[in-house]
Amino acid sequence: MKAPLFLARASYRRRRLRDAARLLPLVGAFLIWLPMLWGKSDSTARDTGMDVIYLFVVWTVLVLAAAVLAPRLGGDEPERTVTEDEG
Amino acid sequence: MPFNILVLASLAYVIFLFLVAFVVERRAAAGAARWLRSPLVYTLSLSVYCTAWTFYGAVGYAARSGLEYLTIYLGPTLVFVGWWWLLRKLVRIGRQQRVTSIADLISSRYGKSNLLGVIVTVICVVAATPYIALQLQSVTLSFGVFAGPTADGWAMPDRDITSIWVAGGLAAFTILFGTRNLDAKEQHTGVVTAIAVEAVVKLVALLAVGIFVVWGLASGPADILSRIQSSEIAEWQMKPSRWTGLILLSAAAVICLPRMFQVLVVENSDERHLATASWAFPLYLMLMSLFVVPIAVMGLELMPEGSNPDLFVLTLPLSQGQGGLAMLAFLGGFSSATSMVIVAAIALSTMVSNHVVMPLWLSLRPARAVSGDVRRLVLLSRRLSIAAVLGLGYAYFRLSGGSEALAAIGLISFVGVAQILPAMLGGLFWRGATRAGAVLGLTIGFAIWAYALFLPSFGPDAVIPARVLAEGPFGMGWLRPQALFGVEGIDPLIHALFWSLAFNTAAFCALSLMSFPGPVERMQGAAFVNAFEDSAAPNWAQGGADPEALLVMAQRILGEEEALAFFEAQARAQGKAAYLPDPTPAFIEGLERRLAGSVGAATAHAMISQLAGRAAVSVEDLMAVANEAAQIMEYSARLEEQQEELTRAARQLREVNEKLTQISVQKDAFLSQISHELRTPMTSIRAFSEILMEGDMPADMATGYARIIHEEAIRLTRLLDDLLDLSVLESGTVQLNLGLANLREMIDRALASAGHTRPERRFDIQRDPASEEIFLRTDSDRLTQVFINLISNARKYCDAAAPELRIHVRRKGARVTIDFIDNGSGIPKDQQTLIFEKFARLTDQTRAGGAGLGLAICREVMANLGGTIGYLPGQGRAAFRITLPLRLERAAAE
Amino acid sequence: MGRHVLLIEDEPHIAEAIRFILNRDGWQVSTHANGQDAVARVHATRPDVLILDVMLPGASGFEVLSQLRAQPETANLPVLMLTAKGQGRDREAAERAGADLFITKPFSNAEILASVRSLVTP
Repeated sequence: MKAPLFLARASYRRRRLRDAARLLPLVGAFLIWLPMLWGKSDSTARDTGMDVIYLFVVWTVLVLAAAVLAPRLGGDEPERTVTEDEG
Repeated sequence: MPFNILVLASLAYVIFLFLVAFVVERRAAAGAARWLRSPLVYTLSLSVYCTAWTFYGAVGYAARSGLEYLTIYLGPTLVFVGWWWLLRKLVRIGRQQRVTSIADLISSRYGKSNLLGVIVTVICVVAATPYIALQLQSVTLSFGVFAGPTADGWAMPDRDITSIWVAGGLAAFTILFGTRNLDAKEQHTGVVTAIAVEAVVKLVALLAVGIFVVWGLASGPADILSRIQSSEIAEWQMKPSRWTGLILLSAAAVICLPRMFQVLVVENSDERHLATASWAFPLYLMLMSLFVVPIAVMGLELMPEGSNPDLFVLTLPLSQGQGGLAMLAFLGGFSSATSMVIVAAIALSTMVSNHVVMPLWLSLRPARAVSGDVRRLVLLSRRLSIAAVLGLGYAYFRLSGGSEALAAIGLISFVGVAQILPAMLGGLFWRGATRAGAVLGLTIGFAIWAYALFLPSFGPDAVIPARVLAEGPFGMGWLRPQALFGVEGIDPLIHALFWSLAFNTAAFCALSLMSFPGPVERMQGAAFVNAFEDSAAPNWAQGGADPEALLVMAQRILGEEEALAFFEAQARAQGKAAYLPDPTPAFIEGLERRLAGSVGAATAHAMISQLAGRAAVSVEDLMAVANEAAQIMEYSARLEEQQEELTRAARQLREVNEKLTQISVQKDAFLSQISHELRTPMTSIRAFSEILMEGDMPADMATGYARIIHEEAIRLTRLLDDLLDLSVLESGTVQLNLGLANLREMIDRALASAGHTRPERRFDIQRDPASEEIFLRTDSDRLTQVFINLISNARKYCDAAAPELRIHVRRKGARVTIDFIDNGSGIPKDQQTLIFEKFARLTDQTRAGGAGLGLAICREVMANLGGTIGYLPGQGRAAFRITLPLRLERAAAE
Repeated sequence: MGRHVLLIEDEPHIAEAIRFILNRDGWQVSTHANGQDAVARVHATRPDVLILDVMLPGASGFEVLSQLRAQPETANLPVLMLTAKGQGRDREAAERAGADLFITKPFSNAEILASVRSLVTP
């Protein structure tokens, strides 16, 4: 079963949103992992207050992004064709 | 605050929860509970992730290790934000396959293997027991906090009494609402709603304490930030291995913990709820974590040195004289503990009952699986399992003495259940994952977890001797539980996580690659991996399953009303007016899934199989599977087919080769036989003719010798005739003389002619002349020749004292069967196929001048007449059967 | 001395011919027609020469001969074998079983007489 080459604008949009939804946890993981790279340069204690703020901001952004994406991903159409080229 | 008020408040709270669950259950039964199954309730029910370990322990964790506590909530956040990857599929499969627990999911994926169900159940029970003990401890400790400062006569009751009351009360609640109905799929509405209420209570309580701390004790966020900076929490070091490892660990745990699986997958009533939960649950987690650091900082600042940071949430308001707030915090902690225990008990009891108790019972009393009252039995086994699970938790709590060691158990438990992850992910995304791989991976992972983390957690010399911890078993340093393969200096938790998951995954993948899945396994594998493709799940015909018997069984499990409704709906879907649908594969499969929702996939499969009268998938089923599930088999089936064809071709080649060898051997034997048969009469002829040539002997003697020469010459001629006859018959160039002939006359003729053979024997011939009045279109001379041969053989070889020969004629359609049965001892089984071969005279006991070509000629004659001749085995006597067509057409003869 | 022949042969006409030929030469001939009790018959009659057919009902001539050769009293008994198959393989088998002479059927009367005579003349 082959996907049509040109998709309607709406369904193309939905596919890209799904890609974004797939990407979101990866972006989140990267952002959460990032603090490990900080604070090594100065030997003093890390700026824990800043860490707290940073992590909760990242967290809030993730929640908001998920909240924006979730209702727009659409329901049950088959997942088979994710390799279309155009829209 | 007086202790009695506390007890009263918690009792009132429990009664309130009971009422909530009860009312909701009633409304759900009345079909009016739609709004109760909203995305909000679903999301809140997911909060069973936040146990008392979160509620009290997170603050303690933060006081000890800074921001590291966040990993426990960031991991699940990533999983939920990334729901499109995994959770969506998990929930879809859970609903499609009517999965009842995580053990059921794994068992179902790998060919409904109960072994896997048992392994996963064991892992879950072992990992969850300390965790349940932890909840009991937290409730007991929090009671203690209130009992401590009072001096008004309400002494703190014995800790053990408190914990036993808590455990017993929880067991009662869980049994009451967790096992009211059987189908785990849709009937825990009451419990789930109560859990949602508790989720609100614990969130409100923690936020209230947090707000009090930030704005009541400190003077706002800015003040708190500076206090954080100057507190000892700011000293914490972010260890990359722990930061990364714990995020991964908590991400794995949130899908593998039995209680999470229960609320996430099993209790899910609508897949769309997941979309809401994908952001709402992370939000919940964030709010739960938000005030943890401020509370910890203020606690460290204000509370006396040495007070337990695990109880700051409670002791901080209490020390500030905020009795009401402390009470709220207490109820929040109580909610966290009870909701975890209730859901965990439901989830674990479902597993224990479905994968341990039921299969045991099924194998012990298979006959009653269909006829007995399974429904009551399943409920009973679940109730007992709930009591047992809580009993285990209580026992663990008592034995471990409720010590500090329990605090670490949360993460240890996580690593335990994370062992399920490879088998689960592999099962969901990789069709090549096999049962053998899953079994090995789980076992190895579980063993390493137990050896490197769980058992050492009891402390040196508790289970594992200190010597082994320090030097390894038998002095093998590389097997030290906390430094496997010489990996030292790592945090023990990360060490165990790394090695257990590494070996688990490696074993799982390696054995999956090497082993070959069974048919049910492959079917389930395809159904799981391709869960989003619309193709109807593959199924197989169930043969002669009786719909009524199925209904009886379904009623025993689902309840009468529900089973009847299901059958009626199915019948209507098939376009039938009656109650009973036809046992089509689709219906049977639907029923199996429906039952799986109650008793688990493996048990349901076993029950249906039993009813269909077979214990396992039979060859016919496999054929059906191959036909119906073309897309599952596609590639591998084709490969298999080719393989089979090759095997078949090889077998044919081997057979042909054997036959050729045999023919060559036979040819040699044949020539040697002919030589013998020709030379024997020749010898007599030559000897006597030489004697006669010498002359001078009495005339009567000379006549006698001449007669011998004559007889042997005739014998020689007959042999040559037979050989020629046989060669003509075999080459198929024989001239048949077709005509209408009466069977009775032919038999008469044959009997008369064969009478010359051993005429001294009196044979009793039994015939039914009426049945012989049949006119055949055939070559009557040839047929009579066959009869003569058979009758002569009987005369020659029948070894009975009073020999009899029965000739039995039957007409069957266009064919006639003629049996010649004598009362001799017959032919030994191993020689029955030989007798139609040339020169195959069995023993030379009764040599009557034949060369052993008679039956070989008979066989060729019958083949030429379009019929057969064979030895009838199993008669206990010599019996030959001739079959031939009533009317032989010329074409058939050529 | 040495005028007694035991003939083990299942074809009655052949046995009769051989008996006639040997009788005329002054031999005393006993006959026996199957394989299974041939050995017992040899022990009972104690012949000077044994004539043994290969194709016998019950037990083949080779089997009978092997048994005879395994027993001390008959280990050196002169034996003449007869066969109707006429294949080299049979001759080898006869030699292996311990036959002194081997004749293929059909034979001339002079041939069998000379063979029997040669077996008793040292």
